[in-house]
Amino acid sequence: MTDATESIKEPRTATVSWYEFATRHRASIVAAVILVFPLVMPFTALAVNILIYGLYALGFNLVFGYLGLLSFGHAALFGTGAYLCGIAIVHFGWPWYAAIAAGVAGGLLMALLIGVLAIRTRGIYFAMVTMALSQCVYYLFYQAVDLTGGENGLRGINVRTIDLFGLRIDFINPMIRYYVIAAFVIAAFFVMSRILASPFGAVIEAVRENETRARASGYDVTKTRLLTFVLSGGFCGLAGALQALHLSIVPIEILHYETSGLVVMIALLGGMGTFFGPMIGAAVFLVLENVVSVWTVHWQLIVGAIFIACVLFFPAGIWGTLIARSRR
Amino acid sequence: MSAAEGQSKEIILRTRGVGKTFGKFVALNNISAEFSRGAITSIIGPNGAGKSTYFNLLCGAFPPTKGSVEFEGKDVTGLPQHRFAHMGIAKSFQITSVFPQLTTRENIRVGLQALVSRYDIWRPRARLTELVERADELLALVGLWESRERAAKTLAHGEQRALEIGMALASQPRLLLLDEPTAGMSPEETRTMMDLIVKLAKERTVILVEHKMKLVLGISDRILVLHHGELLAEGTPQEVRQNEAVKRVYLGQREH
Repeated sequence: MTDATESIKEPRTATVSWYEFATRHRASIVAAVILVFPLVMPFTALAVNILIYGLYALGFNLVFGYLGLLSFGHAALFGTGAYLCGIAIVHFGWPWYAAIAAGVAGGLLMALLIGVLAIRTRGIYFAMVTMALSQCVYYLFYQAVDLTGGENGLRGINVRTIDLFGLRIDFINPMIRYYVIAAFVIAAFFVMSRILASPFGAVIEAVRENETRARASGYDVTKTRLLTFVLSGGFCGLAGALQALHLSIVPIEILHYETSGLVVMIALLGGMGTFFGPMIGAAVFLVLENVVSVWTVHWQLIVGAIFIACVLFFPAGIWGTLIARSRR
Repeated sequence: MSAAEGQSKEIILRTRGVGKTFGKFVALNNISAEFSRGAITSIIGPNGAGKSTYFNLLCGAFPPTKGSVEFEGKDVTGLPQHRFAHMGIAKSFQITSVFPQLTTRENIRVGLQALVSRYDIWRPRARLTELVERADELLALVGLWESRERAAKTLAHGEQRALEIGMALASQPRLLLLDEPTAGMSPEETRTMMDLIVKLAKERTVILVEHKMKLVLGISDRILVLHHGELLAEGTPQEVRQNEAVKRVYLGQREH
């Protein structure tokens, strides 16, 4: 059996083997890159932003790329994670780790709520329903001024030190902050890799490939979709919670539909349905934004043009195009 | 074969007065029929006779408007489609329906996995080695071993039809429902497929929907003829061939 498989692979070119190597060790590669990442970035805060948006896009990509549903309401999952983490610290004085757990739980729960209502719709209807529901969430948090600070955002998430088994870590130091957040992001990438390699990971892709056949094979398509959406919410909730800790404030804009649109752009830019795509997309997008906004206030025009060029000429995204090239 | 078709044979599937209407259109009207375990039963009829509608009621793609479907003595009317695979009923689609971007082997492996693991998000699926072994057995059975590493969308039409059968077999069905398995096939591919169906029928019950009467006369134990949504005739191939009503329906219509 194994011998037969090996002999099939032999005639392939060397370029494929780097791809196979990258796939096999995908989570470790992400971890290694993340560990040296701040050394090549102009400043650490940008690197932290990339980590957080990369994680947000990773969660989004599970639904968008692997399950094949375009959600336009992921801001609600990201934002709920951020708010719940912030509220836990500001109003309830929870320790940092419990606040992060609250953020993840918030993302999971919000995804369950939105998912139950939206998951039976398809295509453009799914995008519209998720967008409408996330707008509801926006107004909910906007109105709950006592808890969320409303228009002004939730302020005062001051985590100066982090206690880790008696060790006091200075969270103000940008480099240390980066590595604390990186630890969570790396863990999330390992979990995602595990999910994708699990039996359920195969079901997710089967449902994307052919819903009718998946059903005939004996899979409950609705349940599979819902569980995937909820898992995605967990990752986005974690990203939101880390964002709250990083910014020390949760701006109401985090729930705005622009945040939902941003993650679609990042995923498309990096390569939908690929493991490295979301992180690459986040890095390219945020670095571009940073570099271009130094030259001109009209940076959105230029970044937008680059984005359109990418979608037109590299529809598979940066990483997706690389994979396709190597297989040719 | 008809001698083996005794009255004492166990009934695996039964429909009682099933009908299906789409809006005002009556696609199927009051069909009662019994299917014997271990037999090959073919459902034939001209275009628009209601064959596919009847097939879809049998495999649970949609529920009947009236009447009931019974499988192994249990009422299965209106159960969701995904439950049918777990009960032991599998179907192949008339229009090829596979997972196009997955490899041929993965297509079958995913089909097999449905019986073992559906919501496990943690253990690596690479550890479910017995699924790959069984997938390889099925690939050999339907003649796709050579193409196992290719993406399903790159297979030739006949190969995709064979994969379709392989995927239906993956859920280890006691009842195999095939919707025009030879649709669009070359004569050569058709012969291979018919041989395969006869082989498969040795171990399980097969119900076959077919447009071309000539194809199924030789291999069927029993034939149902549908016409305008009604059950026109039922019997052994000889009985059906000599049936006056059937002759009238098929008269003047070129047999393929």
